[in-house]
Amino acid sequence: MSAMGRTNEARAGWAMSSPALAAILLFFVLPALASLVLSFTDFDIYALADIGNLRFVGFQNYERLTQNPLFWKAMTNTLLFVAVGTPFIVALSLSAAMLVNSRWLKWRPVWRVALFAPYVTTLVATAVVWRYLLHTRYGLLNYLLSVFGVPPIDWLGSPNASLPAILIFVGWKTFGYNMIIFLAALQTVPRELDEAARIDGAGWFARLRHVVLPAIGPTLLLVSVLTVAGMFQLFAEPYVMTQGGPAQSTVTILYFMYEEGFKWWNLGSGAAVAFLLFLCILAVTLVQLRLAKRSGAI
Amino acid sequence: MQLTRRQMTGALAAAPLLSMLGACGGRGDSGLTVWAMGNEAASLPDLLKDIDWPKGAPPISVQPLPWTAAHEKLLTGFAGGSLPSVGQVGNSWIAELAAIGAIMPVPAHAIALLRDQFGAVTDTNRIAGRSWGVPWYVDTRLQFYRKDLFARAGYAAPPADWAGWKVALHKVKKIAGDGNFALLYPLNEYEQLTTLALSSGARMLRDEGGRGAFSDPEFKAALAFYKSIFDEGLAPRVSMAQIANVWTEFGRGYFSLLLSGPWTIGDMKSRLAPELQAAWATAPNPGPDGIGSAAPGGSSLVVFAGRAHSDSDAAWDLVSRLMAPGAQLALHRATGDLPARRSVWDAAGLASDPAVAPFRTQLEHATALPKVPEWERIVTEMQIVAERMVLGQYSIDEAAKEIDARADRLLEKRRWMLDKGRAL
Repeated sequence: MSAMGRTNEARAGWAMSSPALAAILLFFVLPALASLVLSFTDFDIYALADIGNLRFVGFQNYERLTQNPLFWKAMTNTLLFVAVGTPFIVALSLSAAMLVNSRWLKWRPVWRVALFAPYVTTLVATAVVWRYLLHTRYGLLNYLLSVFGVPPIDWLGSPNASLPAILIFVGWKTFGYNMIIFLAALQTVPRELDEAARIDGAGWFARLRHVVLPAIGPTLLLVSVLTVAGMFQLFAEPYVMTQGGPAQSTVTILYFMYEEGFKWWNLGSGAAVAFLLFLCILAVTLVQLRLAKRSGAI
Repeated sequence: MQLTRRQMTGALAAAPLLSMLGACGGRGDSGLTVWAMGNEAASLPDLLKDIDWPKGAPPISVQPLPWTAAHEKLLTGFAGGSLPSVGQVGNSWIAELAAIGAIMPVPAHAIALLRDQFGAVTDTNRIAGRSWGVPWYVDTRLQFYRKDLFARAGYAAPPADWAGWKVALHKVKKIAGDGNFALLYPLNEYEQLTTLALSSGARMLRDEGGRGAFSDPEFKAALAFYKSIFDEGLAPRVSMAQIANVWTEFGRGYFSLLLSGPWTIGDMKSRLAPELQAAWATAPNPGPDGIGSAAPGGSSLVVFAGRAHSDSDAAWDLVSRLMAPGAQLALHRATGDLPARRSVWDAAGLASDPAVAPFRTQLEHATALPKVPEWERIVTEMQIVAERMVLGQYSIDEAAKEIDARADRLLEKRRWMLDKGRAL
């Protein structure tokens, strides 16, 4: 190709991606920069009434956050959600994907739709249903546990059970989307490899470990990055189910940011939380990428 | 981030919403919108049928808000310029809304609506020499106690002075038996300590609300009394989340006294076992020497600022019609709320209801809390320190000093505003 042609092609590329780039600039980069600036101000209800009451306070918002016990509580809760929730959801969606991908399963499209359905239903509606399922006295979950002789658990009322309760709900709600991604990846695993391994006498687990997982490595990474980001940004579920309670056991970092920003209208402090959250997600994702590179997944 | 097909489809699907954006601009100029919460919002449409709203006046529409989201909604409404004409507002939010200029002071022609009301309640709404809302219904917190256990200890009612009150509680605890306590003061709630502080006459803030006054002797006395209740084993060191069911525990005698508001009367009637219905009663709070104080609560009707004259005239007309004795009585019948006007108490025969009558006494003895927008954050911090004091981390003096330090930090912006002459 001539140099001329290459320039033309580059120009066409820029032209075609410019609407998307403009949208990213306008709706992502600019607001992100604005909120970074906001995090160095003391924007509060006084500034809301009159912008003349706004002051630049440097790193004071960040400094106060580090002294705020509720911030650390929210941080711990979020890290717990990430640490427990990510493996749980990845495992759940991978097993669901393997189920609907397996050749012996009948009515596969029906299964796929059924398992994908939770993802596309309204969060608030499902939360109402789950509040019933998790009810201490009338809930299905406690009924099932009672069959095994487990005493009733106050899922949404006890500070120890509320986190698992939210996790179960979040897992059920989001695994469908990851399942579709995994399914697409599983269908690219060459059947010859699988059959060759079977002839070599590899069992189900050995084939999963040495054939399937290496083949879907990049997808596994993608899904875990998405899930980590999603877990860091957990908000709607605790907001609808528990309002951060009981005893602040389900206050996530985003919920804390919402309360700082929109309950107390300390937008400066809220923006500082948002920026710290951004750094956290960035750091975890970079670590994941590095690990993946080392293991050769990408 | 890149635009995926999913997002494009979403954008297409959202396109019809664009037309709604246009509708945001002209917010119901032809009508009068009222924001109300909870039970009041549910019964308001019926109330409005009986207020003789003139034929030519703008039509009224009621928008209910849940209590849990009401505060955010009001501030977001102010930020977005979409507040309605009239609103029900919790009395403790008035200072904040007045400070940001979201509400109008009560005009001269409506000031008569504040007569025939409880002094402490109207005082709560008075900031910088002006009243900012008309109290609609009132409440306050006083003691609910087990009449039977107090009777067995030799008391018809809890004594009104702190010293005698504590002696009685020790006797009640003995009668309730091992493993039980005399009263429940949950460590995560600040109302108990603020009630004690108001009873001992503490002002809590000084310098026009610019600094904490928690090291005043009055507040320290309340703090010491609060601590002694736990140190002497009269109350369990627990937070509300650790009490699985307040009614069951109250019925069992785990505690015989708690501080709560008029909404608990209904709960007592519906949740306490039938055989215990004669065994509970209410009484005004104790004070250092005689009946103590309490913080007045309830909701006010406010008219939001920044509207045309004709609109705000109609809004005040609506407020005064809702405050008419007939409408007040109808509100009480529909919701059980305690009326703001004293004359309606008589008309409703509330003095003869033994569970409700002490509320009148308490409201006559109530004191307004400091009126600064930061107040809720300050008391939240106060309680965190008080809880640690009860658990032994701070002495009384250290706790008072720590609360002052935290309050001063929260009030830093207010002091700056006061210096500039910009704070109310």
